[in-house]
Amino acid sequence: MKLFRPLLVGLGAIALGLSAHAAGGAKHAHAPEGGWDFAKVPAGQLDKDSVQRGFQVYKEVCASCHGMKLLSYRNLGEKGGPFYSDEYPNANDNPMVKAIAAEFEILDPNPDENGDPVYRPAIPADTFREPYPNAQAAMAANGGAMPPDLSVITKARGHGNEGDGASYVYSLLTGYKDDKIKTKPGDDGLNVNYIEFNDGDKVGTLVQPTGLYYNPYFAGDTTPQWDGDPRHAPYGGFLAMAPQLPDGRVEYIDGTEATTSQMAKDVAQFLQWAGDPKQGQRKSLALPTMIYLVLLAILLWFSYKRIWRDVAH
Amino acid sequence: MSGHESTYKPETGFTKWLDSRLPIIRLAHDSFVDFPTPKNLNYWYTFGGILAVCLAIQIITGVVLAMHYTADINQAFGSVERIMRDVPYGWLIRNIHMVGASMFFLAVYVHMFRGLYYGSYKAPREVLWLLGCVIYLLMMATAFLGYMLPWGQMSLHGANVIINLFGAIPLVGESIQSWLMGGPSVGNQTLQRFFSLHYLLPFMIAGVVILHIWALHVPGNNNPTGIEVQETEKDTVPFHPYYTVKDGFAIVVFLIIFAAFVFYAPNVLGHADNYIEANPLVTPAHIVPEWYLLPFYAILRAITFNIGPMDAKLLGVIAMFGSIAVLFLLPWLDTSKVKSMRYRPVAKQFFMLFVVVCLLLGWCGASNPDNAIVSMGEDKLVVNYTDAAGLEGTRVFEEYTPAAQFRDAQRDGGGVAAIAIQKAPAFTFKTLSQILTAYYFAFFLIILPVLGLRERPKGEPDSIHQSVLGQDAPAAAPAE
Amino acid sequence: MSASNETAPDHVDEERRDFIHIAAIAATAGGAGLVAYPFVDQMNAAGDTKAASSLEVDISKIPLGGEIRVLIGGKPFFLRHRTAEEIAAAVNTDPSKMMDPETDQERLVPLPDGTYNPAILVTSGACTHLGCVPVGPAQGSVGDYGGWYCPCHGSHYDTSGRIRKGPAPSNLPIPDYEWVTPAVVKISL
Repeated sequence: MKLFRPLLVGLGAIALGLSAHAAGGAKHAHAPEGGWDFAKVPAGQLDKDSVQRGFQVYKEVCASCHGMKLLSYRNLGEKGGPFYSDEYPNANDNPMVKAIAAEFEILDPNPDENGDPVYRPAIPADTFREPYPNAQAAMAANGGAMPPDLSVITKARGHGNEGDGASYVYSLLTGYKDDKIKTKPGDDGLNVNYIEFNDGDKVGTLVQPTGLYYNPYFAGDTTPQWDGDPRHAPYGGFLAMAPQLPDGRVEYIDGTEATTSQMAKDVAQFLQWAGDPKQGQRKSLALPTMIYLVLLAILLWFSYKRIWRDVAH
Repeated sequence: MSGHESTYKPETGFTKWLDSRLPIIRLAHDSFVDFPTPKNLNYWYTFGGILAVCLAIQIITGVVLAMHYTADINQAFGSVERIMRDVPYGWLIRNIHMVGASMFFLAVYVHMFRGLYYGSYKAPREVLWLLGCVIYLLMMATAFLGYMLPWGQMSLHGANVIINLFGAIPLVGESIQSWLMGGPSVGNQTLQRFFSLHYLLPFMIAGVVILHIWALHVPGNNNPTGIEVQETEKDTVPFHPYYTVKDGFAIVVFLIIFAAFVFYAPNVLGHADNYIEANPLVTPAHIVPEWYLLPFYAILRAITFNIGPMDAKLLGVIAMFGSIAVLFLLPWLDTSKVKSMRYRPVAKQFFMLFVVVCLLLGWCGASNPDNAIVSMGEDKLVVNYTDAAGLEGTRVFEEYTPAAQFRDAQRDGGGVAAIAIQKAPAFTFKTLSQILTAYYFAFFLIILPVLGLRERPKGEPDSIHQSVLGQDAPAAAPAE
Repeated sequence: MSASNETAPDHVDEERRDFIHIAAIAATAGGAGLVAYPFVDQMNAAGDTKAASSLEVDISKIPLGGEIRVLIGGKPFFLRHRTAEEIAAAVNTDPSKMMDPETDQERLVPLPDGTYNPAILVTSGACTHLGCVPVGPAQGSVGDYGGWYCPCHGSHYDTSGRIRKGPAPSNLPIPDYEWVTPAVVKISL
C-alpha cells in the first residue's frame, strides 16, 4: 500500500500510533518474494490458479481442524471465486462446485419426517462442513486450544492494509523452526525439544513446551522458556498447531511443485479470497471511480476559475 | 433562516401561489442561492459543505445497511459479513459507511480547528459554536454506538470499557452502568438498544445541523480576517454560484481521498481484532478506540493519581468529559477582541502547538502508556536470590554472562536465584500524555483568557475588501 | 485576477464558459446516477437467498389422495398425489367453459422419457387472487370442485388446481420443476 503512506502520514501521529501499538513481541509478517499481486494499486487481482490450489490445501490439510462457517460451497463458483466459469453464472449449476460439495457429508438442517437427523452429501447452497460439532469438541480434540475459524482470518490479522492478513498466514506457515529443533532427555525421563539460538544478542536455548510449537510470527512471550539474556528473548510465541506443510504435503492437481512456501502462498491467497470474496469486484470498480472523480475535479476547477475570474478574493 | 432582506421574486402562477402559503422556495433561495457570503473565504471554509455531504452519505448508507443487519448477538457478526458477501453491492455500501465514519471525523476536526483559528466562536456566533459542539458530541455517541454493531471483539470490549467509565460516578455510577447495559453485562439487550439509538441519533444530528445553519445565517459567515461584513456590495458575493462551485470542487477532492480508502484500504482505519467475533471470555491484548477518539482516551488514561477523596478512575473520567465540556465554554474563555489569529502573532504560535498536542495525544491514546518513548540508559539485569543460609538479596548486572554466572553460583551453593529485567528510567507515553493533557486544558483555561488581555494584535485591515485588495493597513488596535 | 479585468466577455468566451459549466453539471449528474445503481440493486435478492431457491422433493412419500406442502424461499408449493377419481375429474371436464381454460395435461411436466405421471400434481400454493394459501385435503376442505378452497375470499380450485369459482383470476400457477428421478422432483423459483 505504498500509495497510502503519504495519506497516512497526513493523519500524522495517529498512523504512527496504530502501527506502534500492535507491534507486540512477534516478528513482523512479510509477503512472499515479489509481494502480493492482489495488493497492487491500482487494480491488482487475485491469482485464480493459486486460489484454486489454496482451496486444495485448505480442503486436504486445514479443514480437518479449522472451519469456515461464513462460506458456502456455492461461493467457490461465484464470480471472483476459484471455480467460477462463464458457462455457469449460477454457481449452483456449476458441475465442479457440485462435485466438490458432494464430497462432504453434512447434517441436513432439516430432520426427516420422524424428526431424526439426516446426513446427506452437501449441495452448493450448504455452508462449509464444520470439522467439529461444537467448540468443546474442537478444544477437546486439540489439547484445549480452539482452532480459529478461518472465514475472515486475513481481515482479523495485521493492520488492515491490503495483504497484511495473507502475509501473516504465509509467514506463520513458513516460519516454524522445525528444522532447528533438537531433542534431549529431560529430568523426568521424557524428551525435551529445544532450539539453540546464536544470532547477535540472542544467544541461548529456547525450550518448547510439550504440545506447543515455537513460531516467531505468533504473538506471545518466549521469556519463560528462554535461558539466555531475558532482554533479548526470541521474537514470537508458542502455538498449539504443529507445522502442517512439509514439502509434498499435498499433490497439486495442476502439477505445481508443492513446496512449503508454495503451499503457504496458495493457502494464504485462498484465505485472502475467502475473507473478502468481493475484492475482485472492488478492485475492478476502483480505477474507473478514481478516474471519474479526478476528471470531475478538473472540470469543477475550471468552472470555479471561470466563475471567480472577475472577483478579487 | 437568513438575516438579510429577501431578494426572491416568484415569477410563475404556481410559485406565487406557493410563496404566499409555504415560502419554502424563498427560504432555499435566500439561504443557498442569494445569501451574501464574504468573498475571501478560503478552502478551510469548504469543510462545512463537506460535512453536510458526509452526514448525507452516512444516513443513506446506514438506512440501507439497516435493511440487512440483524441486531442479535448470535447473528450480528454473520449478518455484517453477509452484507459483504451476498447482498448486491453490500461490500461497497458497508465500506463507504465504515470509512465514512472516519472521513466524517477527519472533516469535523478540520472544521473545528478552522473555527478555533479564525475565532468563529466569538460574538455574535456563540450559539453557532455551541450547536456545533452539540453536533460533535452526538457524532461521538453515534460513532461509539455504531462501532458496537458488528459485534467483533473490539465492539464488545470497547463498549464494556466505555460503559464502565460511568461506574466511576460516585453513588449512582453502578446503577447508571446497569441501566445503560440493561443487565449485568453488555449483552443482547445492549446490542438491540445500541442499534435503535444508532439509527436515531443521526436524525437528531441532522436536526441540530439545521439549527447550526440557521445560527450561521443570522450573523452571516465569519471569514479569515475575522472582520464583519461592512458593505455587502464590496465585501460579499452571492453564495450561488460562487461558493456552490468552490464547495463542489472541494467536496470532489475530498471524495477522491474517501474513495481511495473505500477501494484500496477499507480496513486500514479500523482494527483487525474487530473481525474476530465477540467473545466475552477473552479480552483483546490492546483495547483502543477508533482513531478519532484516541486523544480523549489518552486524556482518560493520563490521570493515574488520586486527589483527596477522588480516585484516579473518577478523575480520568472527569478529565475526559471536561476536555469536551471546555469547548462549550470557549466563547467566554477567549478574552481577545480580535477574532482571527491571523492578526494575533502570539496566539497563533500557541494554536499551532495546540494542534500538535492534539495529534500527539492521539499517538499516546494508541500506545501502551508504560512503553518508553525515550529510554535513559540500558535496561539492566537484576538477580534476586536467597542463599543457602536463607539470606535474601539482589544484585544488579549490566551484562548477561556475569549475571548468569552469579545466578548459577547461587544455585550451586544450594540457594534460589532468578534473573529479572530492571527497566531503565524512561520517558513513557504516560508522562507524555500527562504533559499534553496539561497543555490541552491550559490552552483553554489559562492561555486564551490571559493572552486576550495582554497580546498586541498586528496588521488587522479595516475591511474585507481592503484585505482582499492587498492594502492591509497596519492597525495597532482592533478595528471594531 | 483582479477587479480591473472586468471587461465584457466576447461571444466565444461566453460559449466556452457555458460549455465548462454544462460539462461539470452533466458529469456530476451522470456520476450521481451511477452511484444510485448500487443503492437500488442492493434490494434485489442476495446471493444466499438466491441459492436457497430450489428444492428436491421425494414424492414417493405422499399418501394417495393427500398432499405435501413445501416452502421454497418462503413461498408455498403443493405436491398432490391424486386418486384415479380425481384424475378422471380433472381430465374429463371440458376446460373451454372455465375461467382460465387449460387441459390437465398442460398443467403437468413430462418425465425425461416424455411420459407423464398424472398422479402427481405440482402447483404453487398461493391463491392467484391475493396470495392467501388455500386449504386442501389435509385441512378437511377441498371446495366445491374437489381441489382446494381459499378461505380468504372464497375461491374454489379443482383437482388440477384450476380456478372454477370465486374471485381469483387465474389457475394456480405451475412452478418451474423437473423430474430428477421418477420419485424426485426438483422445484425452482
